[in-house]
This record gives sequence, structure tokens and C-alpha cells, in this order.
Amino acid sequence: MKKIIKYVIIDILRNKIMLAYTLFLLLISLSVFNLEDNSAKGLLSLLNIILIIVPLVSILFSAIYIYNSAEFLELLVSQPLKRKTIWLSVFVGLAGSLALAFFVGAGIPILLYEATATGIMMLGIGLILSVIFVAIAMLAAVKTRDKAKGIGVTILLWLYFSLLFDGLVLFLLFQFADYPMEKAMVGISTLNPIDLSRILILLKMDVSALMGYTGAIFKNFFGTQIGVALSFIILLLWIVIPTWLSLRKFNRKDL
Amino acid sequence: MRKLLNILPFIFVSFFVHAKTIKVGKLHEYTSIQQAITGAQAGDTVLVETGVYKEKNIVISKPIYFIGLNFPVLDGESKYEVVSIKCNGVVIDGFKVIHSGVSSIEDFAGIKIYNCRDVVVKNNILDDTFFGIYAQQATNCTIEKNTLKAYAEQEQQSGNGIHCWKSDSMKIIANTVSGHRDGIYFEFVTNSIIWRNTSFNNMRYGLHFMFSNNDSYITNIFKNNGAGVAVMFSNHVKMIHNYFEENWGDAAYGLLLKEISDSYISNNRFTKNTTGIHMEGTSRIVMENNVFENNGWGLKIQASCMEINLINSNFIGNTFDVGTNGSLVLNTFNNNYWDKYDGYDLNKDKIGDVPYRPVSMYSMIIEQTPPAMILFRSFMATLLDKTEKIIPTLTPENLKDDNPLMKPLSL
Amino acid sequence: MIIATNVSKKFGKLKALDNVTVTCNKGECIALIGPNGSGKTTLIKSILGMVVYNSGFISFNGKNILHDWQYRSQIGYMPQIGRYPDNMTIGQMLEMMKDIRHNKNIILDEELIQQFKLNELLEKRMRTLSGGTRQKVSAALAFLFNPDVLILDEPTAGLDPVATEILKEKIIAEKKKGKLILITSHILSELDDLVTQVIYMQDGVLKFHKSIEDLRAETGQEKLAKAIASVMVKM
Repeated sequence: MKKIIKYVIIDILRNKIMLAYTLFLLLISLSVFNLEDNSAKGLLSLLNIILIIVPLVSILFSAIYIYNSAEFLELLVSQPLKRKTIWLSVFVGLAGSLALAFFVGAGIPILLYEATATGIMMLGIGLILSVIFVAIAMLAAVKTRDKAKGIGVTILLWLYFSLLFDGLVLFLLFQFADYPMEKAMVGISTLNPIDLSRILILLKMDVSALMGYTGAIFKNFFGTQIGVALSFIILLLWIVIPTWLSLRKFNRKDL
Repeated sequence: MRKLLNILPFIFVSFFVHAKTIKVGKLHEYTSIQQAITGAQAGDTVLVETGVYKEKNIVISKPIYFIGLNFPVLDGESKYEVVSIKCNGVVIDGFKVIHSGVSSIEDFAGIKIYNCRDVVVKNNILDDTFFGIYAQQATNCTIEKNTLKAYAEQEQQSGNGIHCWKSDSMKIIANTVSGHRDGIYFEFVTNSIIWRNTSFNNMRYGLHFMFSNNDSYITNIFKNNGAGVAVMFSNHVKMIHNYFEENWGDAAYGLLLKEISDSYISNNRFTKNTTGIHMEGTSRIVMENNVFENNGWGLKIQASCMEINLINSNFIGNTFDVGTNGSLVLNTFNNNYWDKYDGYDLNKDKIGDVPYRPVSMYSMIIEQTPPAMILFRSFMATLLDKTEKIIPTLTPENLKDDNPLMKPLSL
Repeated sequence: MIIATNVSKKFGKLKALDNVTVTCNKGECIALIGPNGSGKTTLIKSILGMVVYNSGFISFNGKNILHDWQYRSQIGYMPQIGRYPDNMTIGQMLEMMKDIRHNKNIILDEELIQQFKLNELLEKRMRTLSGGTRQKVSAALAFLFNPDVLILDEPTAGLDPVATEILKEKIIAEKKKGKLILITSHILSELDDLVTQVIYMQDGVLKFHKSIEDLRAETGQEKLAKAIASVMVKM
């Protein structure tokens, strides 16, 4: 397995888009920390990057990589290798490269300028989100044979997780404004890894505002150690379940 | 002049009576405080040596100096009011007062001043008292440098630290109060000053004002109280140079202003509160040179407020700068620094060229639908805010700072 | 050595393999013949585990190949169209394959690499290669690990006459070593000197599986192309 991971990572690192992504993150994070007067505001700008750009790049890059590696996968499958090994190697290679790019591009500036609890939380969340969207991209790519259609699907998925889902939730909130929705919201937020990540960061960043009545419920759930642990377990499930589904599909796929 | 009046009785007493010192202690003539007081003349000093004194209720009804050496302990055995002062001009200094009685009918206190004037209570330690220092219909008393600590667990079964009722010209200076229901409580108190006190970890309010006019509180620290500080149904109150910190909770405010008028709030610092200042039914207030930092809401102004004048203040790192529940705006915002302001300054006069609107669309949404807080800082919430900035629909049209500062004021 | 029993595969409504049963033994060189879309490549890919068949089963050396992967270490496969990761050079490609299939018991057979002069092209990236050079790389990779079974899908397509000749010599040499060789090709004349058996497929159905001698005797034709043609006329 190690060997294939090595070749996948070498292949990805040779890709110029990866380099561009790292430099882009580096440029943005250095500039937000240097230009803003207070670094808390820098973190806020970085939050948007983490919640929007990281998932987008992860999901698109991974999907395109899978489609472009069809030949490579075909070659590997005809060799004495387990399909599971091949697929998981590709996953680890992609996840590792994207996480590395995020760490170099955003993580190091965070550690340099804002090594606070909020900063560390953002770093962790950014890494996990990178991996989650690799897993989702691989599921989408293995389910859709056509490249153009597959990339369309991944863009829609990204749009769904970063915008449409929240729109639906807000709609629900307005519709059921007369009912106590706070507890239900906690459950609903676990259905979207971006939302869950955002709430975890919110608890560090806007803790004063979250101490209000509604916020207190979130704080009581997510703010405790058990809540944080549970949230991270759910985020891990967002990695494990799509990967497992895609692996099952890949094992039965005709190449 | 008031100061002079304050010391006049003592001068008077010491000139005309040859004052003596009566010592109380194991090795002295008196071992009982109450007997010593009985034996004392007006103007005498009763000097109590270190030890534990369980004398039920000590009543002082003569103008004496009642002094403790190395904090002798006055123990109320959880049954009695420990010291009752029922005479003008008493000075009580240097005692440790513990375990006052607890009652839901009577307001037992560690030290209670009854209907008299010119009393001085200073340098005492009060520990585990129901009410700490209680002034009832007192005038021109000084409560200074006392440390009050209680262990309140329920609001109903705890008293206030420094409690003043129907009093006038009180001076509350440099006390430290914690663990009570309200740290400092004023009801029908006028012309008084609260200066350099620290009030923290109290069940309800760090400072609670009711129906108290023409008072000032200056340079106090209110930290981590259940509901912050409340000033209600009063007028002509000056609040200067205080610190309001870490008052967290749904109904917790750095400062709650309710039915307040003609008051002045300046040079205060509001840090890490759920709401920095919450105002309702408030009118004719000047607020200047205040700092609002890292609060959930810097300021919440209900529509029932008018003629609030907010100028020269810094708003830094608040989740929301200003929240409101209506669209009617009869208040003025001018020359403040808002860290969320992203306008420009082409003519370099250090004032932004476009107005700043401190109420964001999403804060209005949260006001109406509180659970929407869960979507805060999402892509969609940001989009809504940006759209609102271009085409305002929900946020009050007139709530704006026409001259936002480009750089924070040094406050 | 390879036994396929009642293997069927559908792609949507299209039946790519319809109840195919075939036995391939050691030392044979089998030509897999049939028109375009007759299911030859699908059969090969099924044997290689690249296509998951719907029913039936295939065994390799007596073991079911489903859920197995190690049997592929005994197969050298040359695909119809050799597609490789674009960014890799030939050298990296060869290194990677050696790395993946590394085994002490294998004596590497680099004869084709030398004969095709691939050593001189090691620095070239895969995306810059012509179709013919790619075929050379594919062929070299198929023979590199000295496998017991060689599966060659249209091996000579795109190769120049010199290379074709080299490859044919190599196939004959390997056949003599007692290996099983499966070849598909459209150019039947090339197979004349090589094959010992012929499998003919049409529309996913295996029409016949005969030794070349039987075929020649039945049709009275010496050349494979003509023999097949006369069979097809009869059918």
C-alpha cells in the first residue's frame, strides 16, 4: 500500500494546481494577518477561506484527479494488487496532499500569528474538512462514469454543503419559528460537515454571543468536552462513510 | 463642606469630653464586648483584642469608636444579626464578622445601620453573612475598604453585599464584594457615590440600582456576575470609568439600563459580555469615550429608547456591534470607531467617507428567530449581510454613524 | 490453467458475454478472434478481474479468481490501448511496476526493453509518446516479470514491421517455454505462425474453440484467414 501511496503523492505533487493552491492559501493567510490591525479579524477572514475555498478545492481537485487517473487505476487493477489497496492508497494520497497543502498554506501562518485556541481549532477543522471533501469527491467520481457529469455533480455537492443546505435550514427556521427548534438544530447541523465545523469554531470565536439563550443550548452541547469529542467523531464519520461507500462501489466497478 | 460635617461630631466629642480607651480581651477588665459598650461613654474607644466573640446581637447605641485589633471574630452563630448600629457617629473598624443569621422574614446583616447618620464602617472582613453591610434610612455614612464574601447558592436564600435603602449622601468606597445576591444594592438612595469597588461572582447583579437618583459610580470593577449590572427606574446617574467584564448568559448584561433618563456614561470598558449595554425605555443619555470589546452584542437598543447620544467610542471585536428590535430610530451615533467598518477615507481627514450601519441584517434575523444563530458566519449569512449592505430592507434606515472614525481612539 | 464456466456479463442491455465456457491450458497459444464488439476484450478483462462478470465463474490454476488478486502476479497483460499516467516518464513507469511487483523469485526479463531500445527513452514523459512507442512500453511491461500467462490484446496494432517481428519472435520463444498465451488480433495473417488454437466469438457468444489442425482439416485451408472466412460463410 505504501508504494502506491508514494506514487500517488509523487504524481499529485507534480501537479501545478497543487502548488498554486498552496501558494494561494499562503498569500491569503499572510496578507490577512499582516493587513488587519487585529489578528482576530484576520482569523475571521481566514474562516471564510476554510469554510468555502478548502471544500471547493478539495472536492474539485480530487474528482478531476480521479477522472484523469482512470488509466492509472486501470493499469493498477490489472496488476497483482487488491482493489481495496489501490482505492485506499489513492484516498490517502489525495487526502495527504491536500491536507499538506492546507497545512503549509494556512496552518503555518496560523501557528506563527495566532496560535490561540481559536487558531488551533481552525487548523484542525481545515485539515479535517480537506479530508472529508476528498472522501465525498471520490464517492461522487466512482458513482458517475462520465467526467463532465461527475465534475458537475461535485460542484453541486459543494454548493449544497456550503450554501443550499443553510438556505434550507433557514427556511425551516422561519417556517417553524413558533416551535422550539434549538435542539433539532443541533441534530440538523450534524448533517453538514461544514456547518458542524463552523459551529465548533464559533464556540471559540463568538463565545460571548453564544451565551445567550439559544446559543447556550449549542454551547451546552458542543461546548462540553463530550460535545467536542462527539462532533469530531461525527466529522470522522463524514470521512469514513463516504470512503467506505466509494470503496464498495469501486470493488464492483468495471474498468 | 460635607467632609467637614462628617468629622465635626468627633471633633466636638473629643474637645468637650475626656475620651478614654476601654480594652476588651481575655487579659483585660472586660471579656465581653457588650459589657464594654455598656460601660463606655460617648466618644470612648472600645478596643477589642484578637479572639472569637459569640455575643449574639451586639447593639451600639452610643457614638463610640469600636475598633478591632488583628481582626477579632464576631460570630453570629448563624442565628443573630451580628452588629446593630443605632446611633449617629459610630465608627466600626477592623473586625471579622461571620455567620450572621439567615431569615426570609428579617433582613439579618453582618453590620446594620439603623436610621442614623455619619456612621463609618471600614476595614472589616465579612464572611458568610446573609446581608453584609445594611444601611436603612442612613445619611452621610461611609462604607470603606471592607471585604464581603458570601456563599450564595440560590437567589432566594441570599442577601446583598452592601445594601442601602432610603438613604442619602452615602459613600461606598473601595470595598470588595463577592458571592452575594447583589454585590451592591441601592433602593431610594440619593446623592451618593460608589467609588473604586470590586464586585464579582455575585448571583444576580454586581450593582443594582432602583429608584435612586443623582448618584455616581466611578472606577468600579464588575466582573462575572450572574446578570451584570442593572440600573433601573432612576435618573441623573453618572457612570464613569467602570469595568464591566465577563457577564455571560441570556439575561446577563454588562450594563442593563431600564427606564433611565438624563444620565451620563463615559470612559467605561465593556469586555466579553453577552451584551455590553442593554437599553430599554431609556432617554436623554450621553455616552462617550466608552470601549466595547469582544462582546456578543456591543449595544442592544430597544425601540423604546430615545435621545441616546453615542459618540467617540470604540467598537472592537464584538460579534454584533448594535442590535435593535425596531426600525424607529431617535438616537444619534457619531464619531465612533467600528472595527467592522470597511469604507474608505479619500480626503484623509481620518473620518470615513461613507456612513457605517452598525446593525447587520443577520443580527435582525437572530433577533426575530434566535435559533438562526446556528447559521451565523456561514456563507449564506455573509451573503445576506452583503446584500443588505447594498439594498437595505430589514435594517433601520437611519441607524447609522455618519462620521465613523478610521482609527480607534486611544481610550 | 484458466477455466471459464458459463460466464455472462451485461453492460446495461447489451450482453457482452453470454454464457461463455472455455478452457485454456499451459503451452498453448490461443487466438481470440471475432468481429468488433464480439466480447473478446470483455472476456480478457474478466479474466484479469478488471470487469466484474454477472454470473458464472472463472478459475485460475483451480482457484476462483473472485475476491482473489494474487493470481495476477502470474499474468502479463498488454492492453489494447496502453494508457498511462501522463506525468510519468518511461523510466519512472518501469521503476514503479518493478516496485509494485517486486518479488525475489522473479527473474526480470528485460529483453524487449533492450530490443525496442526503450532504454534510450527513459526520460520521456508518457503523454509525449507516440501510439507505437506506447505499445512497445505495454509489451515490455507484459513480458517484464516473466509471467506464466501472457494476455495480449491487439499486440501488433500500431507497431512498425520491425517491432512486430521482434514481438512475434518473443511470443514464439515464450510459447516454447511452455507458457499460456492468449492473443486477440484483427490481422489474422500475423497469427499464422503462432497459434495452436482458435477461439471464435460473436455477439458475446463463443462460437467455436478448435485446434488449428482441426480447423485446417475441416476447411482444407492452410492460411488461418481463409480458414476463418470459410467457417464464417458456412455459419
